[in-house]
This record gives sequence, C-alpha cells and structure tokens, in this order.
Amino acid sequence: MSRDIPTASHHKPLRLKTFLMIFVMIIAGPFGNVLLGRGMKHIGSLALWPASQLLHTGLRVFSSASIWLGIASLIAFFVSYMLALSWADYSFVQPASSLAYGVVALLSWLILGERVSPLRWAGIAIICLGVFVVSHTAPRTTTRKTAG
Amino acid sequence: MRDFILFTLIVAAGTGGELCVSRAMKSVGEAASFHPAEILRVILRAIRQPFMWAGIGMMTLAFFALLGALSIYNVSFVVPVTALSYVAGAFGGVIFLHEHVGPRRWIGVLLVALGVTLVVLGKG
Repeated sequence: MSRDIPTASHHKPLRLKTFLMIFVMIIAGPFGNVLLGRGMKHIGSLALWPASQLLHTGLRVFSSASIWLGIASLIAFFVSYMLALSWADYSFVQPASSLAYGVVALLSWLILGERVSPLRWAGIAIICLGVFVVSHTAPRTTTRKTAG
Repeated sequence: MRDFILFTLIVAAGTGGELCVSRAMKSVGEAASFHPAEILRVILRAIRQPFMWAGIGMMTLAFFALLGALSIYNVSFVVPVTALSYVAGAFGGVIFLHEHVGPRRWIGVLLVALGVTLVVLGKG
C-alpha cells in the first residue's frame, strides 16, 4: 500500500498533469457531442428497416465530416479520461468533469444556435451541482479484500 | 417508447462501459509520463484487458443510441438527460453491488434528478 502515499516531490506535477487532462476532457467531450449533434441534424430522420435502409443510413452517418470530427474529439476525451484515471481516483476525476454539462449547453448555444430556455439552464446548473455532490462522496463504501 | 429505449441504452450501457474501463485502467496502472512511448505502452497494456473490451462494447452501443437521440433532439437536451446515469449508478450500486450510499450522495442524486426534470420541462 506504500504507493498510495505520494511523496511531496511526486505530488505536484501529478496534480498539474491531472488538471490539464481534466481541462481537455471538459472541452473535447462536449465539443464532440456538439459535432455529433450537428452531423445527425444534417442527416435528418433515420430509416432502420429494412436492412438495405439500415445500410444506407449507416453510410450516410459515416460519410459525414461532422460525425468523424465529433468521433475524433470524443477519442481525445477518452484518452485524456483514461490518462487522468490512471493518475487520479475516479472520485477525483468525476466531480471535476461535472462542468462538462455546462460546457455542452454553452457550446450548443454558441455553435449550433440552439435555443436554451432559462428553465433548461437552471436544470443544467442543478445537474452540475448534483454531479459534483455525488462524485465528491467517499469513493469506497465496501471493504476491499486484501491479500495480507 | 422509442425515447425510453434510446435513453435507457445511453444511460445503462454508458455507465456499465465506464465502470468496465475504470476497472481495466486500475489493472493497467499509472502512466509515468507524457512521453509518446509511455502513452503507447499504456494504450497497448489497456487493450489487452478483457474489461477494456467489454467497456468499449457497451460504450459503442451507448454511442449509437446517442446518435439516434441526437438525430431527434437538441444536444442541450440529450446530454443533460444522460446525467441520469448518476441516479442509475446509485440505485445499481445499492441493489446489485450492496454498496452503502450515504445521505450526501443521495442528496447529489436527488439534485441530478431534479435538474433532469427541469431540463425535460424546459424542452418546449
């Protein structure tokens, strides 16, 4: 268990890297969702049946530049998320990422011109707060089996 | 019914996928630096974890459900609603994993549920 106690010299750069990765997460994740939204709106209604229609829909989805840019952005999010999780606890990374719900609304308003009603802004703010509170509780509530 | 299936898939498969990925990354261990070789080493170790693949499979399912939902609704509606995964996670933890969920976490879950309700009400 000695590796759970970081020494002072290791602690600081680790936190800086973690914060940098969390920053990438809360920008790249929402940006990816906004691009996917733009791509899917552009494609319009999806026909899933019969199978030939499903194939046609799939081709339309994956020939959209917005969809691929959105996927690239979500991959950037995913890699930064994995790196952050390898340095810090889930219970540390998750509260910080609650900001992403605010960022996604802001970006969909700025980029897509979506009309976000005051009630929806209020709901999103409460979601951010709720996610922060949920994530900021004890990370482990069950006892871990230890080898010795 | 269509909306219920889409959002259930996004929430359930997404949360399950995240848990699997989190578990896989714990077995992989820390990335020691930002060096590309080190990042590549972490990625190569990660893709050898079965939990990583289970996680990726579930997240793929959640991704297609998300695309379906985004083709119908606005981004600023779909993404906040997916925060219901925190509510599902708390109940799932209590029911399936027998975790103890404290009052503070229930308050957070309640806030998320309230926020999603407002987002749904503010849809029009």
